[in-house]
Amino acid sequence: MSAISTDALGKRYGSTWALRDCTLEIPAGSVTALVGPNGAGKTTLLKLAVGLTRPSFGAVEVLGLAPREDERELMPKVGFVAQDHPLHMGFTVAETLKLGQRLNPSWNDDIARTRIEHLRLPLDRKVGKLSGGQQAQVALTLALAKQPEVLLLDEPVASLDPLARREFLNSVLEAVAEHAMTVVLSSHIVTDLERVCDHLVILSESRAQLVGSIDEIVASHRLLTGPLADASDVARVHDVIRASHTKRQTSLLVRANGHVYDAKWELHEVDLEDIVLAYLGYGVAEYELEEVVR
Amino acid sequence: MIRFHLERSGVPTYLQLVQQVHQAVRLGVLKPGDQLPTVKEVVGTLTINPNTVLRAYKQLDIEGIVEGKRGVGTFVASDARPTPPDDDRKALRSALDRWLARARAAGLTDDEIATLFDDTIRPPAISRVA
Repeated sequence: MSAISTDALGKRYGSTWALRDCTLEIPAGSVTALVGPNGAGKTTLLKLAVGLTRPSFGAVEVLGLAPREDERELMPKVGFVAQDHPLHMGFTVAETLKLGQRLNPSWNDDIARTRIEHLRLPLDRKVGKLSGGQQAQVALTLALAKQPEVLLLDEPVASLDPLARREFLNSVLEAVAEHAMTVVLSSHIVTDLERVCDHLVILSESRAQLVGSIDEIVASHRLLTGPLADASDVARVHDVIRASHTKRQTSLLVRANGHVYDAKWELHEVDLEDIVLAYLGYGVAEYELEEVVR
Repeated sequence: MIRFHLERSGVPTYLQLVQQVHQAVRLGVLKPGDQLPTVKEVVGTLTINPNTVLRAYKQLDIEGIVEGKRGVGTFVASDARPTPPDDDRKALRSALDRWLARARAAGLTDDEIATLFDDTIRPPAISRVA
């Protein structure tokens, strides 16, 4: 069963496409990474899923419901943490939890209190006085205390230092281990996603370039190296994602359709990060790629 | 109780967990009836996907190394015993020691020996990008 499905989903602002012709399924119970450079459409896709913006084309369904039309039924089941986890900086932690409780009918105060205690966050501290990592944890607590079936996180760790990033991801994964839920997290940082996530959506230039289970994606991609050669033989059978040539050597990153069996090419496995970067290489300028790596 | 660790080795994460339980049982670190860490504990220490841990525990269950008790936890199976190194293994080990001595005498470095071993054990024309 799909937790989220989109059909030819598109969003246009004036003459600019933020998301275009996006058809994908995100399986229930998965932890899915939404990967792509800034401006690729990650935030737009999440906002469409949570009903914060209306599709220009196509449709999106979350848990079989339409985010805007079925808002009253759907919203208690969806947790959303927006980019930079916006909170009221003048509220204390306790007041923030109180607000969450007032606004959410499905609020479980035990979950919220236990988490805050576990994180050793002082209840009387103003949110604005907390560190970035602690603010992110408070925002996550608000989302988790709703007991959502689907948790959407927009760039949750982009602004965090490595330790806070690790602690935040631990919190998310522990919540998944404890209460079955579907998680979609967007990120322009690819490192570590292979461990944290089991499904992947690569967005680039407003389009979904690749959707699937990470195991299958890693298993189906190979790097072929060999003497300088024309790639058209390979391209007839397999999808060539990226070709690069030096004066003597040709390297092809391919999505293999069946076995690659050709004595001319040496065959290498590639890790997820290399695969993602190859897909993002589609017409992306070098400096943008460097940002993705960082 | 054992504590899992992960290596950046190209070995899939779930398989690393499976191998570490095998190893611990072989060495007697884990004994029949011992409890494995809960999924939540493993997830919280390694920052990995819960489904990966479930997959490793399921595989160990199928192999008969552990038994999952619903709502209680995962335990080392009563018939899982450390395997004493058998004679075949000892003989192979000493043959390998002799071979290593020959390779070093021939002037091969440890890296060159490892490369030769990798080349031999894997099918030709397949290698991993580091």
